[in-house]
Amino acid sequence: MAAATRTEPAPRPRLRVRTAPRRRPLRWLPLAPATVLMVLFLGGPIAYCCYMAFTDMQLTGSPDTHFVGLDNFTQALGDADFRNAVVLTLVFTLLSSIVGQNTLGLALAVLMRRASRPVRTLTGGVVVAAWVVPEIVAGFLLYAFFRREGTLNAVLDWLRLPSQNWLYTLPILAVSFANVWRGTAFSMLVYSAALAEIPQEITEAAEVDGAGGLRRLWHVTLPMIRRSIGTNLMLNTLQTLSVFGLIWAMTRGGPGHRSETLPVYMYDQAFLKALIGYGTAVALLLLLVGALFSVVFLRLMREEV
Amino acid sequence: MRRHKGANRADRHRGAAPTGRHRRPRPVGRRRSRADRHRLAADAALLTVTAAFVLPLLWLVFASLDDRATLRVAAPHSPTLDNFSAVWTDEITFTPMLNSLLLCGGASAVTVVCAALAAYPLSRFRSRLVRPYLLTILFTTCLPITAVMVPVYGLFVQTELIDTLYGTALFLAAAQLPFAVWLMKNFMDGVPVSLEEAAWTDGASWWQTLVRVILPLMGPGFAVVTVYSFIMMWGNFFVPFMLLLSPDQLPASVSIFTFFGNYGSIAYGQLAAFSVLYSTPVVLLYVMIARRLGGGFALTGAVKG
Repeated sequence: MAAATRTEPAPRPRLRVRTAPRRRPLRWLPLAPATVLMVLFLGGPIAYCCYMAFTDMQLTGSPDTHFVGLDNFTQALGDADFRNAVVLTLVFTLLSSIVGQNTLGLALAVLMRRASRPVRTLTGGVVVAAWVVPEIVAGFLLYAFFRREGTLNAVLDWLRLPSQNWLYTLPILAVSFANVWRGTAFSMLVYSAALAEIPQEITEAAEVDGAGGLRRLWHVTLPMIRRSIGTNLMLNTLQTLSVFGLIWAMTRGGPGHRSETLPVYMYDQAFLKALIGYGTAVALLLLLVGALFSVVFLRLMREEV
Repeated sequence: MRRHKGANRADRHRGAAPTGRHRRPRPVGRRRSRADRHRLAADAALLTVTAAFVLPLLWLVFASLDDRATLRVAAPHSPTLDNFSAVWTDEITFTPMLNSLLLCGGASAVTVVCAALAAYPLSRFRSRLVRPYLLTILFTTCLPITAVMVPVYGLFVQTELIDTLYGTALFLAAAQLPFAVWLMKNFMDGVPVSLEEAAWTDGASWWQTLVRVILPLMGPGFAVVTVYSFIMMWGNFFVPFMLLLSPDQLPASVSIFTFFGNYGSIAYGQLAAFSVLYSTPVVLLYVMIARRLGGGFALTGAVKG
């Protein structure tokens, strides 16, 4: 990716001098459709979100919507279900994105460089297939996998290990695994690309100097792909923060509230409990967290130039 | 893997000019067997992970061919296509698939046209505003769309766009646009300016240049953006789930969910068959563009501004 950046900008000034006189604002016109669409359908809702979060709007459509200041936020902080959702979101993100997808993806990418060709192709194909399958289908597949009478317990029985009703006893673990199943391919592809860019000489030099496999990984490989690690962590986390369909298809946030992450909680409050204002306040918090991650991501990308 | 590659190389060059490392044959032999062991270990590890990943997918295939499917992976006793013929009806398959096609096809078309128009000036002209614009776009790409769905719903109710296919399609297009513009601009940067300059010299307007020179050269990039947007929209569950209400308008991603709620807990085989039908188009499309997309990492290409 760095190479593409470096080769690109040279010929531009010439084009400008020859063909584009200074005062031709019309040439920017093609930007209009995309900009209008994004402002209307993304900017609009975000602005509206900021407004609604401070009102007591309800789904019933009653005309008297009041400005309530920070009430929604204080209510959220005092709500045990909200705090529960925050904790579950943290667990879900940490387990599935940072530990699961990221580490497993890196491990797969490293192993794939050592493995024989047919195994590499097979693994790549299967892991990517899990990624390509639509979200809701993935939800059903893993629902079937984790059910009491499902495949996981069959495998555990076969291995003589204790089986249990995963979706009831450990729903958050089940949905986290589901997210790992679905999202690992992305990390694997990112890391495969990054590892392929490490010059052969460097690792060979480390090898000649007598560094073993693990030490090479820790002291040579990881530092060299640290930008990819940062990018990948950010993207995974942002992706995981907004997972809804997968959880909804598997558990609907239940049983009780034990797999209810913030998006599911937001949906539940805004639509099933008809508290649009309150649900929006939760959405705004989610959006802010996302924005924070985005800014960090942008900084990472900028350093790369 | 370095070890293994190094060993191979040593084998290949054994007759060639002796270098410091290749002069002694004995260590080469020993290293080779070690490399083999490493490769076997890597193969074994990868196969284990692959087995875990493939189980849910196997269930999908087996259950769809089994008229007495349960939630466990089991090869069907007598494979049949009964499940497929059972869901092969207007109500279950054709109407939702057609809706999906209209929704995602229309939205992809809007996305691609707007993105192509917007990417051109961003890629070719210089202005102080280009970089901030691109940064904003990149920032928006990362925002969790899930979070804005509540305000979007509110706005759609007020503007009476709720439960309309075109409203939903426009939102899907807008949500996909930031990434599409980004991807498209990167592709356009790869098309040499000199060809365009030739067209300018021959007196072509920017519109003619776009249609006659850039678009033909951009063919592959175009295809990737179209197909990628389509795949993303086809799998999107949350947006149509929120914005479309009447059953005859629901796309497959949502109808599969209601189907599951109504019959799925009894007829797993049919659910699996429908899932296969619903997933097939995107899997095929993905296979088509996989090589070019390199996994969607144009996003990790840096900010050029």
